[in-house]
Amino acid sequence: MSVNEQFQPTIVAFCCNWCSYAGADLSGTNRLQYPANVKIIRIPCSCRLNPMFILRAFQRGADGVILCGCHPGDCHYTTGNYYARRRMTLLFSMLDFMGIERGRTRVEWVSAAEGAKFAATMNEFVETITKLGPNRRLEDLRCSKE
Amino acid sequence: MQQRVKEKALELLRNGTVDRVIGWKTGEFFYDLTPAVFETAEEIEKDFVFSGFSGANLSKYAIAQSRAAGKTAIFLKPCDSYSFQQLLKEHRILRENIYIVGIACEGMLDMEKIRAAGCEGVVSVKENGEELIVETLYGDRTLSRKDCLLERCAVCKSKKVVIFDEMLGEQGDEQETARFDRVAELEAMTPEERFAFWRGELSRCIRCNACRNVCPACSCEKCVFDNDKSGVRNKAAADPFEENLFHIIRAFHVAGRCTDCGECSRVCPQNIPLHLLNRKFIKDINELYGTYQAGADMETKSPLTDFTTDDCEPSIVHERGGVK
Amino acid sequence: MQRIGVFVCWCGSNIAATVDVEKVSQVLAQEPGVVFSTNYQYMCSQAGQEMIQESIHKYNLTGVVICSCSPRMHEATFRKTCEKAGLNGHMVEIANIREQCSWIHKDKDVGTEKAVVLGRAAIAKVHLNAPLTAGQSPVKKRALVIGGGIAGIQTALDIADAGFDVDIVEKQPTIGGKMTQIDKTFPTLDCAACILTPKMVDAAQNEKIHIYSYAEVESVKGFVGNFNVTIKKKARYVDETKCTGCGLCTEKCPQKKVPNAFNLGLDNRRAIYIPFAQAVPKVATIDADYCTMLKSGKCGVCSKVCTAGAIDYKQKDELIEQEYGAIVVATGFNPIKLDKYDEFAYSQSPDVVTSLEFERLMNAAGPTGGTLLRPSDGTHPHTIVFVQCVGSRCDDGRGKSYCSKICCMYTAKHAMLCREKYPDTDVYVFYIDVRTPGKNFDEFYRRAVEEYGVHYVKGMVGKVVPQDGKLKVQASDLLGDRQLHIDADMVVLAAAIEPDETARPLATKLTASMDTNDFFTEAHPKLRPVESPTAGIFLSGACQGPKDIPETVAQASAAAAKVIGLLCKDSLTCNPCTAQPDELMCNGCSSCEKVCPYGAITYADKEFRGPNRTTLIRRMAQVNPAVCQGCGACTVACPSGAMDLKGFSNKQIMAEVDAICR
Repeated sequence: MSVNEQFQPTIVAFCCNWCSYAGADLSGTNRLQYPANVKIIRIPCSCRLNPMFILRAFQRGADGVILCGCHPGDCHYTTGNYYARRRMTLLFSMLDFMGIERGRTRVEWVSAAEGAKFAATMNEFVETITKLGPNRRLEDLRCSKE
Repeated sequence: MQQRVKEKALELLRNGTVDRVIGWKTGEFFYDLTPAVFETAEEIEKDFVFSGFSGANLSKYAIAQSRAAGKTAIFLKPCDSYSFQQLLKEHRILRENIYIVGIACEGMLDMEKIRAAGCEGVVSVKENGEELIVETLYGDRTLSRKDCLLERCAVCKSKKVVIFDEMLGEQGDEQETARFDRVAELEAMTPEERFAFWRGELSRCIRCNACRNVCPACSCEKCVFDNDKSGVRNKAAADPFEENLFHIIRAFHVAGRCTDCGECSRVCPQNIPLHLLNRKFIKDINELYGTYQAGADMETKSPLTDFTTDDCEPSIVHERGGVK
Repeated sequence: MQRIGVFVCWCGSNIAATVDVEKVSQVLAQEPGVVFSTNYQYMCSQAGQEMIQESIHKYNLTGVVICSCSPRMHEATFRKTCEKAGLNGHMVEIANIREQCSWIHKDKDVGTEKAVVLGRAAIAKVHLNAPLTAGQSPVKKRALVIGGGIAGIQTALDIADAGFDVDIVEKQPTIGGKMTQIDKTFPTLDCAACILTPKMVDAAQNEKIHIYSYAEVESVKGFVGNFNVTIKKKARYVDETKCTGCGLCTEKCPQKKVPNAFNLGLDNRRAIYIPFAQAVPKVATIDADYCTMLKSGKCGVCSKVCTAGAIDYKQKDELIEQEYGAIVVATGFNPIKLDKYDEFAYSQSPDVVTSLEFERLMNAAGPTGGTLLRPSDGTHPHTIVFVQCVGSRCDDGRGKSYCSKICCMYTAKHAMLCREKYPDTDVYVFYIDVRTPGKNFDEFYRRAVEEYGVHYVKGMVGKVVPQDGKLKVQASDLLGDRQLHIDADMVVLAAAIEPDETARPLATKLTASMDTNDFFTEAHPKLRPVESPTAGIFLSGACQGPKDIPETVAQASAAAAKVIGLLCKDSLTCNPCTAQPDELMCNGCSSCEKVCPYGAITYADKEFRGPNRTTLIRRMAQVNPAVCQGCGACTVACPSGAMDLKGFSNKQIMAEVDAICR
């Protein structure tokens, strides 16, 4: 990477099928821009997100991972995001405990109507991660791109 | 007490209360006692030992033995009883096939600490109240028992045997402990310092799986790391920091189920303080979702299979104190 | 190894303008397992679909990746396409390169690069896809309608008419809802009771309809086709089966000072009461808050006078469990509380009333017997001021930001009725806008102005001050650009309407979503307006948004049609993407069972072959695929990873992660 060339982070966004994926679609429908660094993986519910997926992403060179789900109380499956909320809170706290920068992980509740929020969140997240720079702390060097 | 435990084992087997006993067996050295199943009085007479080095948590062995024909006796120290009850709660042990003898516990000894106190060529260790008489090739030494306890015993959370059929010695109580102090110290560090700390610790991991094999919570029929369908099956540790994944996931899988018995750190041949990972989860759970002790009872829902509608958001990790 | 075909859609220029589709299909052709890759203008068109089908045959494809619009748009379409060509629909994966790529990126290089990555992720996933078939789950042929107002009644009648059993749960002692309190209806001015009460009787007499009055929904379990609902029948201390509705008790009860909720507290009733003469069921109810017998054990008059022996002071709340295939929410609305609008002196003067109170004052069965009299002194008011939009279209945080929709019309009706009955009254209506978009609505409003001489003034009332038996109204006339001071005898406030307070807790029980105003949200605002996003939950009437009676009835019938469509089916096709435990790895620990919102997981002891020809019995998780909705909560709760989710398996998701992070 040359000095002039801005660091382009790899960002994985896990979106629940019912709210956040639809919210992401809506931000597309409304032509709201956010950086191409964000790649979305569709999961049925935020509670499907296994901490292993997040760690795997980091290992394989992701610089930031974000989970988007229905707002608490609005989960398509009633309670999924409540479990996800606890799991992610504890996992993020553990990653922080191990010295992984706090900004690299995030959870945001995005409804199907919040296309603007989705785009804004992604813009903000990409900005945060770009400032943090490449993820070096949790990367499996065998998988690194260089 | 040491003699009473052995006598109880003999008695239970001789009077037909049980068909076998799960206890501790002498190893190559007097301090490396290992868990064992005794089926005859002779075996017990010969090999059964209960001493300050009977640190091993026997609860996990009840999973298989409770499914064997007949009845099995098991000796549980207070902290072991939490593990046992947690396994019972998870339907892993058939309670009706187990006879539990609770043992009052004054803490188990750490040979490393005895050595660290300058004792070389240790031949035997005799316990005499608050004192340890360490017989070495170079003469006897007297040490304070308190100074030679295993880390988990030095910060013992409970002297209470939570489940038993019979009790040897006095039943104790839960107690205030400083067991989260080290976690708090780490929390107060900068992320860089924490990263450096864990990198230093975890890089030593040789992936021998001792922590996994000894852990009562890690008693899965097949570990996720051995399961091809999990997508994380791996054994090699080509990149030292890949162990992050293993240890974070292991800690996460036992979160809400780990009773903090400390076995992982006791058995780690590389002396990695693995219990700190578990305690971090326990500390967070206590702080964020209310105090919870796995194995303390049969009813309370594990915090990770429970929720309230006004739980804190994951962003609390960013907002909580400590260095950013 | 799968044989994968990649189909990149241009979507006209929607995708092709910012994604180099040719390049995407070329690059993806190099991915392992891809045996055919192409691009086309409109993949979803007949020609595009035929191209996919031909390719499946020609290249013997076992997996298909379509790079196109969102799977929410055409996943079902392409699955059907492939199924027609003999390929299982679940061997199709969509890479969303329109909503999540071409539409959000302007730079063609950036868009193309991202489209390739998204395509790779889909290819990586499809490598691990397996054919899935959906199971079937039976449909309980009974519907529940929550709320017995005009919406609930109409829905229930229509469902019953189609031959299905339907239960109405109504929290009040009688069905009928708000419409029972209304005097006349716009724009025809026919009497509300005359058109409503026959429907109430129809509902009561219909063999297919069962009414649980004075009852509430306690809990809801299950899912579309198979809801298990617990209904709490509150104790009314009167045996419904014995009470004849003669009303003797309601005349003899010595406790006379109970505010009459039906007349909005404008008069009093007894502690035992029948809300109004045409109540259905016509059964007395004891108000436990006021009954001296229930409070102190001394009285018992009603029990003595009841010849039917229907009074039962020991009656307890009763829980009834019932299974339903579909649930209709018809919880209706309430006027907002006006405590934040004290500039209109609502709390200071009894002559400042809400529109609903005004309905009761005009109603022949109301507290004044239909003669319009001032509540304060019982005199005939000569000057009446109507204030519209009290709490509606309100941005200052005190009221609602939305338009309550019905106020313009009922205010016109009130004003017209006043002038008609009492031509000597002066009637003023203050408004922000007059909104009359309904059939014959504007004509109605113009009649009020032109024929009945109602003074419509554009402007808001600033203050109402009770003084010397009058209400001093200060208002602005925006068109005349002047301040008005009116000495009014009565002021009528068109209070905004809001969803009933039971709606929010009910939505939680139903897991149906709501908007910020507590109105139920519809599955699609335009195309699925009477369905909740939660399958099997339907919306009827004002619980979904402010509505007048014709609209409510129309929506009620529409909801009924949707329910009938559902109940007509003998079984529903289940979600094929269900959780599945690996028996060899399951610990039987119950972690998964605890997080399953549907109770889809049960346990059974199963025999396994152990070492040395022994048999081991192990506790195993079992998933009911008819009940599992595929959320995946259990998959993460499972420590051994024995539980996996079909269609979103651990390996599939990790393959996507790997492809993206590559």
